[in-house]
Amino acid sequence: MRTVSNEMTAARRPLTRRVPASERLIEVLLFLAAAVGVVTTIGIVLVLLAQALDFFREVSPIAFLTGTVWSASIEPLQFGIIPLVVGTLDIAVIALVVAIPFGLLAAVYLAEYASMRTRNVVKPVLETIAGIPTIVLGFFALNFVTPRLLKPLFGSDIGTFNVLSAGIVVGLLITPLIASLSEDALRAVPRGLREGAFAMGATKWEVVRKVAFPAALSGIMASIILAMSRAMGETMAVVLAAGMNPQLSLDPRQSVETMTAFIVQISTGDTPQNSIQFKSLFAVALVLFSITLMLNLISNRIVARFRNRYS
Amino acid sequence: MSATPASPAAAGEALFDPRLARRKLTGTIFLGACLAAIAVLLIALILLLMDVLTKGVPYLDLDFLTGVPSRIPARAGILPALVGSIEIALIVGLLAFPIGIAAAIYLTEYARDTFLTRLLRTNISNLAGVPSIIYGIFGLAVFVRALQLGYSLLAGALTLALLILPVVIIASMEALRAVPDSQREGAYALGATRWQMIRGAILPSSASGVMTGIILAMSRAIGETAPLILVGAVTFVTFLPTPLEGGYTVLPIQVYQWATRPQQDFQAIAAATIIVVLVLMLLLNLLALVVRARLSRHISW
Repeated sequence: MRTVSNEMTAARRPLTRRVPASERLIEVLLFLAAAVGVVTTIGIVLVLLAQALDFFREVSPIAFLTGTVWSASIEPLQFGIIPLVVGTLDIAVIALVVAIPFGLLAAVYLAEYASMRTRNVVKPVLETIAGIPTIVLGFFALNFVTPRLLKPLFGSDIGTFNVLSAGIVVGLLITPLIASLSEDALRAVPRGLREGAFAMGATKWEVVRKVAFPAALSGIMASIILAMSRAMGETMAVVLAAGMNPQLSLDPRQSVETMTAFIVQISTGDTPQNSIQFKSLFAVALVLFSITLMLNLISNRIVARFRNRYS
Repeated sequence: MSATPASPAAAGEALFDPRLARRKLTGTIFLGACLAAIAVLLIALILLLMDVLTKGVPYLDLDFLTGVPSRIPARAGILPALVGSIEIALIVGLLAFPIGIAAAIYLTEYARDTFLTRLLRTNISNLAGVPSIIYGIFGLAVFVRALQLGYSLLAGALTLALLILPVVIIASMEALRAVPDSQREGAYALGATRWQMIRGAILPSSASGVMTGIILAMSRAIGETAPLILVGAVTFVTFLPTPLEGGYTVLPIQVYQWATRPQQDFQAIAAATIIVVLVLMLLLNLLALVVRARLSRHISW
């Protein structure tokens, strides 16, 4: 996430003192455009809060947040969000286990080793992976990862829909994010630190491991937190790969339902819009939004601190 | 040298064993791991493309592109979804383009360092991290219900426009900031007002970056699925969509619909549809390259 630095140089102010009315009007219009984002944020929060409160009139928030059974369609109806949160975390953790080593190795290679030439090859590959529509990754999980990679390994123990295949493709999706943000963090480490270590007789690998990597660690952490937020909000890949089975399970061979998959399930079904099931969608979305917002804010905070240290 | 083992320098040399060979070997092994990781990523990408191509290509013909969805896979086509995707991408571009650039101009050229400005900037970074499905819920509540657009293509386009707006703003801000201050000073020295300076000097110089950002954002919009499920891109549409009335669908939704069916034939036409999505995205990326090359031809500083 790039936070936007703020430099206002004298050069950006016009020399004239009188500002014509038309100039003022333009400034107001431009400001309104810039405010669309804030209006959207406020709108999202208001929509989620209002509709979730409507749901909480019928289901107690405590039962919702601490309940371990999610049964939105089969009587008796129970709305305990823990299975959805655990399902989401299952996949996010596997995705990180995949993405952290691959993303960091790629980042270190790009920042420390790659020549301009190889960089021009590797970077586009990573960007292509990042640009693949997530529904395509879901298709890949369902048609390749599960039948061709996981079935031979686990045999019939693994279902058509499973956490592992979802975790692997979401991992693939967030690897470029970790790679590119961690590369930026490594590049932000001043050259002087590396040169000092070389002068002391360190080898390239020692400079990377003992100087560059530790110095960039907070930026790297920020990239991982942001990637986790992405993984938790990911929808289409997990809908296709992990299915819609809201069970409380840590077994990666089983099917689960994530918060996002539940939202899709309710909105694609014939659920009437004023039913309790449809209202529960907003409460689930509010939880998802809160978690991802928190992760994003932490990540931004770390990046901001990191930037201050080296500038 | 060995004749004078008692000399202090030689003694130090004996104590100090840099073990360089071993340390360098560790480094080489690590570099090998880096290259292996990148190779695995590349292989994953190739496997994905191979899988989609081998399954999808046999089904890809003119009838498929010009036909309408059918319950029989061999007769199914994707014209309504293809038209829907293109219409949505165009409307999204038209909506996000002016608002995105205007917001970027305000934030880079006008905004002073006040609390409000910092709030606007932080907010844009945070919006870029909101899960896309949340935008779908917002679109459902605001565009579909409150503004009574119903489950229309326009409601879908508005939702996606909001989704890509942060991306467009961030890309445009980067392009505007890349214009050196000497350009601004030059314009002011000629007596330009602030807006004349922006219109005459900044916008033409940054056009290539801004346009590239918008085209790439449109490419992202073409691949988006989740938010459109909430704003009603229904899955069985046999007619060509219009912006305001009736149902619509887009290519990724069509993929979703077919990929959830267990029969191999449906998986194959899902793969064929994926190929069409990827080709559309590839075309937009190529367009971005061309635009960048053309618009930045005369600019050098």
